[in-house]
Amino acid sequence: MPSTREPYCLLPDGASDVLTLTDPLPLDSGETLSGVQVAYRTWGQLNAAKSNAIMICHALTADQFAVEDHPVTGKPGWWQHLVGPGKLIDTDRYFVICSNVLGGCMGTTGPSSINPATGKPYGLSLPVITLGDMVRAQARLVDHLGIDRLLAVIGGSMGGMQVLQWAADYPDRVIAAAPIATASRHTPQNIAFHEVGRQAVMADPAWADGDYYETGIRPEKGLAVARMAAHITYLSENSLNRKFGRNLQERDKVGFSFDADFQVESYLRYQGRSFVDRFDANSYLYITRAMDYFDLARGTTLADTYRACKARFLLASFTTDWLYPTVESRHIVRALHAGGADVSFVEIESDKGHDAFLLDEPEFFDVLGGWLKSVAAEQGV
Amino acid sequence: MASLSRLDLQHIASLVETGSRVLDVGCGDGELLTLLRDSRAAQGRGLEISREGVSNSVAKGLSVVQGDADTDLAEYPDDAFDYVILTRTIQAVRRPDLTLAEALRIGRRAVVSFPNFGYWKVRLNLLFAGRMPKSRALPASWFETDNIHLCTIADFVALCTHKGIRIEAAYSAASNTKPEPYEPTGATLALRNLLAEESIFILTKG
Repeated sequence: MPSTREPYCLLPDGASDVLTLTDPLPLDSGETLSGVQVAYRTWGQLNAAKSNAIMICHALTADQFAVEDHPVTGKPGWWQHLVGPGKLIDTDRYFVICSNVLGGCMGTTGPSSINPATGKPYGLSLPVITLGDMVRAQARLVDHLGIDRLLAVIGGSMGGMQVLQWAADYPDRVIAAAPIATASRHTPQNIAFHEVGRQAVMADPAWADGDYYETGIRPEKGLAVARMAAHITYLSENSLNRKFGRNLQERDKVGFSFDADFQVESYLRYQGRSFVDRFDANSYLYITRAMDYFDLARGTTLADTYRACKARFLLASFTTDWLYPTVESRHIVRALHAGGADVSFVEIESDKGHDAFLLDEPEFFDVLGGWLKSVAAEQGV
Repeated sequence: MASLSRLDLQHIASLVETGSRVLDVGCGDGELLTLLRDSRAAQGRGLEISREGVSNSVAKGLSVVQGDADTDLAEYPDDAFDYVILTRTIQAVRRPDLTLAEALRIGRRAVVSFPNFGYWKVRLNLLFAGRMPKSRALPASWFETDNIHLCTIADFVALCTHKGIRIEAAYSAASNTKPEPYEPTGATLALRNLLAEESIFILTKG
């Protein structure tokens, strides 16, 4: 668990296992990071053959609390409906691991961690990290748990990017990979939305060039605006219409003011306000940066990236997801085909936008469940 | 589109060498791929346009990609498969000639089956009723059918000749009988074109 020398970590004491890496972690930037901590949760039992381990990877603003209620917000885990005893990712059968990403703020080393060299929080002195760095830290955790090969790596959105990175960097350690509602690279549109979010954080005077931890005032206003803008990209126009329409918030007519007249405004304000309780503004900068740098083609082609990969893939996209639309998944499918990989792909009909991967989508569950069962059967798990 | 009988599927599966890499274009719920996996130890892949078909196939443990035979065969590299199978698919694509060319680009062989529009009952129907024929193999009305490029066996053979595609083997069947091999030339071709309800071809590049 985090020691008392992590005063700015948002993780309550004892809420998560924390591994401290013994060796420094090399980063894609060329720098190395010492004393890296990886906060994680596991569910189920690792079997004697160590063949039933599944890594699930979280999205930008989620964390390792995929299955149980969140220790800060008290809300259900982000994949609680999918992972658990008797559920689709059955913890009576599989050993499921989820860790907070590098750069995060729920116990894994990030900008709010204390820099061992200075005794002060890193802030912006933390080297910029990448998806590759996040996955490298996860691989160290998997080593620590004594697991050679993962039965499956599964995740949506940025979690899906980690899945793709796992299959690219550790092709011999991934038996099956399910990148959901994701992309192999950030498009200019993706980068543009992230830049708006980062500028909102940095425009908050309380941000103080990232050096706010010891002031006791966090750049909550900026981070809330960043979250509001991002949240719009997670929803579809249909879902906004269905949920809110032009309905007014607790009033019969517009107030001729800048209060939250509309329900959609009130909803976004609430999303922004509640987000800051569980997220660090600098972590938001670092993780969005990592996503913007993400491009698995690595200067050659995506097909070359996966030529050595023998993993079984399942890709799924959602019809109204305009953040990581179907065309991005198809781009990955095409590259996997070129490399001769074993790949399935389905576009799920949903009006819930990008968020659909976190919601109740029975057709998606059927596909993922059937796929995972056949993977496990093939491996004798 | 009417699904193929168990007999047809078993016959098609029997044409595939054990352990082959197979792409089933328009694989539906994955019935043939399952048969190929279980009886021929094939490394099967599927392409299927309907979401439901893909879902059902993947849930069976098959590797199937949602896509359109008209556009998405282009996404596969050359010679990726030993067989590309099109069962009752070729008559439903926009350009059967181009789809055949793609199938033979990505596969060493193509296995193609289609309902024969030269079948005597179809001919009689058109001749006497003067209406577009409907049959067990072609149950939909003209205005709602997926079969936009129906052809006779003789038409298909002429297309292969025209495109320089080699016919390695041809089989034909009447209703609920085991498909039998025939030589698709001359009088045999003319007779099968009249008597066969369905035909299956194994094709290679010329």
